[in-house]
Amino acid sequence: MGFWEVTLSLLNGLEQTCLIFALTLVLALPLGLVISFGSMSRFKPLAYITKIFVWIIRGVPLMLQIIIVFYVPGFVLGTPLFSRFGSVIAAFVINYACYFSEIYRGGIESISKGQYEAGQVLGMTKSQIFFKVVLMQVVKRILAPMSNEVITLVKDTALARVIMIVEIIQAAQNFAAYGLMWPLFYTAVFYLVFVGLLSLLFGYLEKKLDYYKA
Amino acid sequence: MALLEVKDIKKNFGKTEVLKGVSFSLDKGEVLAIIGSSGSGKTTLLRCLNFLETADCGEILVDGDTVFNAGAEYNEHDVREKRLKFGLVFQSFNLFPQYNVMQNLTLAPSLALKKQKLSAAEKKEKLEAIDKKASELLERVGLSDRSTAYPCQLSGGQQQRVAIARALVMQPDILCFDEPTSALDPELTGEVLRVIKGLKGEERTMIVVTHEMEFAKNVADKVIFMADGVIEEMGTPDEVFGAPKSEKTKAFLSNSLETF
Repeated sequence: MGFWEVTLSLLNGLEQTCLIFALTLVLALPLGLVISFGSMSRFKPLAYITKIFVWIIRGVPLMLQIIIVFYVPGFVLGTPLFSRFGSVIAAFVINYACYFSEIYRGGIESISKGQYEAGQVLGMTKSQIFFKVVLMQVVKRILAPMSNEVITLVKDTALARVIMIVEIIQAAQNFAAYGLMWPLFYTAVFYLVFVGLLSLLFGYLEKKLDYYKA
Repeated sequence: MALLEVKDIKKNFGKTEVLKGVSFSLDKGEVLAIIGSSGSGKTTLLRCLNFLETADCGEILVDGDTVFNAGAEYNEHDVREKRLKFGLVFQSFNLFPQYNVMQNLTLAPSLALKKQKLSAAEKKEKLEAIDKKASELLERVGLSDRSTAYPCQLSGGQQQRVAIARALVMQPDILCFDEPTSALDPELTGEVLRVIKGLKGEERTMIVVTHEMEFAKNVADKVIFMADGVIEEMGTPDEVFGAPKSEKTKAFLSNSLETF
């Protein structure tokens, strides 16, 4: 089994990795905002329920959550709720949305009351103030912690193999049956390139938002 | 008839009575200076007028219309409409940092347009009118050349002048200032106070909460001295500064005007 055959196989695995990564981001970024609103709600029961939910999701290993989402509906309902891939996405989105929600909350709460009041006295609506005034400032402030989470997500995708999704690590490990270990080490190159590109992207975004101080 | 009538405004924060019944009236084109020590309720009064706090008791009338009555319920929409009778310039400027000077001025009026159902042509015309108005106001505060600068690139005095122009774009009946120069270096207060003084010449009705006694003395038509949540003394600058009746006023003024 030559280098190119392995590379091709790993690229197939990378496709799964990228899919999990992209779908999780696209769905968890907005869901996290919704959860952060819940935890900041002035309606206390909602705030408490949200906080307990976030505690559970952040307190249980993601690997276990993937297993639960995939197997538990089958035990309870007699039929699985999600496919393997669907289970992985559901578990990742909920997990990451909870982490994002705390980052959002920190960002939103760090914006001074004066920004809201300035919008209010100018007759802007609550949603206008949030989306036109506050959100951009929040984005700037949370960029660094977000880049951390996003980079962690790249590597967390490897957890999907716990329910036999053939992502890149699993693809490499399949070669172990043929006595090949090096493909496993070779995957590190793919991760490094992936994370390197993301770091460049976040660096670019930070520069792009550098035109103002807040 | 008075442009603004404030009747018996009371406000508590928990058990602390911050305003214990404040009443005054103001005619069109008059400038009112509110002075007093920290914690006397000056800022809270201004915030009640601008609907940033809801008074527990009392009534506010503008041009004879009740804009606020403590007994009534107001929804968000009502409040938004009514508060535009007042403008507020904050002590800490509160410009929107991600927008440049011009955008700071035009953001709120452009967003207000979105709420109205207008044809594309009408909308364009109104947006142009907003731009024109904003440019005029920038010129008015002497910052035409900084219209594309971001707030972080401006001095405190310039930022506060932008904030004044931003408040004026909404064409409030009454413009309020909450200690507009307290966050500024002494050398920058002059440029802001000159702008406010200049507005007086345009028949603008203004309420200025200030620690600048000279400014209150020379620019205001009416001075209110507040202490412990009540109006301790009210009158023309000559009356309040020249011949204060209350002991508290005398003590405050002698401390404030003390030279070293």
